[in-house]
Amino acid sequence: MKLEGKRKIWNEYQKDIADDKYFYVRSCIRQAVFPGSENTYLRIMRDVLKKDVHESAHHTTCTGIGYHTEVVPFETIQTVVARNFALMREAGYENYTPSCVTSFGIYTEILDTWHHFPEEKKRTAEYLKKATQRDFQEPGNMAHTSDIIYKFRHQIAEKAKYKLVNRITGLPLKVVDHIGCHYAKMFPEKGIGGAEHPHVLAGLIEAFGGEVIDYPERRHCCGFGFRQYFIKANRGYSIAASKKKFESMEPYQPDLILTNCPGCNYFMDRWQYALAEMEGKTYDTQGNGIPVLAYEELAGLMLGFDPWEMGLQMHQVGIETLMDKIGIPYNLSEKYKGAKGEDLGVPESPRNIKFYK
Amino acid sequence: MIDFGFTPLVASITDLDKANVNLAKQLTEQDPSFALCISCGSCSATCTAGQFTKFSFRVMCHQIRKGNAKEAIAEASKCMLCGKCTLACPRNVNTRNIISLVRKAQTTTP
Repeated sequence: MKLEGKRKIWNEYQKDIADDKYFYVRSCIRQAVFPGSENTYLRIMRDVLKKDVHESAHHTTCTGIGYHTEVVPFETIQTVVARNFALMREAGYENYTPSCVTSFGIYTEILDTWHHFPEEKKRTAEYLKKATQRDFQEPGNMAHTSDIIYKFRHQIAEKAKYKLVNRITGLPLKVVDHIGCHYAKMFPEKGIGGAEHPHVLAGLIEAFGGEVIDYPERRHCCGFGFRQYFIKANRGYSIAASKKKFESMEPYQPDLILTNCPGCNYFMDRWQYALAEMEGKTYDTQGNGIPVLAYEELAGLMLGFDPWEMGLQMHQVGIETLMDKIGIPYNLSEKYKGAKGEDLGVPESPRNIKFYK
Repeated sequence: MIDFGFTPLVASITDLDKANVNLAKQLTEQDPSFALCISCGSCSATCTAGQFTKFSFRVMCHQIRKGNAKEAIAEASKCMLCGKCTLACPRNVNTRNIISLVRKAQTTTP
């Protein structure tokens, strides 16, 4: 491909991201499965980058999981989304930043719907008024939180204590990125690099000095797929999709899987455990599994945040191997201690994947 | 090993570089209408033999294209050669002739 052509295509996948004054909305599943990750994001934004990030205690889930499993009707989810937009304007903000890729897909889909079908927007405004007495306006700017971290990646890297480099060999660590389907596959122009030229995480890996691995199934779904997982009879499809990805990345022996979607982060992590227990196989050479981190968890680690304060002990695949490679100190005796030093209890050890306690 | 109540499904992908598609090639040479099939299923919907057995002309064609000649030949033996599928086919595939050729292929396909 000629370079000019490549630049032209790349330009189609750029997006405007606001500089400051963000309205932050949380992810529902992330609160449950990786409870420290969102606080890590807020800490980076507020304490490291000194940005104004506002969070309303009144905001709700986008109800995307209910929508994708056909429990929540389209009219309902539009009204819920409109209510969250109303809360943002009431707080004096216009830059909407959802933490979840499913939510990001929902907001993008609904804004696109309102653009093409203004009657839907009008009807939603009526529902919202009747239900809550609120009025809403669309966001001035909307970006996923991984877009925000991408935007400030060089600033974060400048302040980082560590690099994605093996402390013994001095070589960059090999990282595979996995981007949530709802980030850019539905509306490619809304994601940095779209679905074909993913850069939102690759840019972060490069900024921290790591090596991005382009493996054959890089763009394949993690297998969450909502109904594929929620209906037990379909879970064979779900785990088969993750397995396909692990088999594809295995020959490159990656040191880390980096994700930007709560669902992907969860499934790339937990299915490694399930596959180890079902088939006795891990996809690294030492029986540890491949550590999985979200973008802000990686940024937090590089900045020198305490791994257990960030909740990294909630990952099924131990991240100790990654920290050992980089040279990040950690205290195993504090892994399962709460913020006040209380004992949280040690989970049962898996049989076929190494567990550090 | 732990039984979770589900296991990873085995992919049903056909690697066409490795599949033996000789029967498909042979049929297309002998009766070019074989290549016209769009798998609409009109043949199977009208099939008399399909009322009594699991025979499906459409599935048989898929087996041939995937290189499963043995399964396809076994399927062909269930057809009663009534010819209703030939009347129903929107693409004018000579279905009855193809069945005959598949049956003959039992002894001729490498």
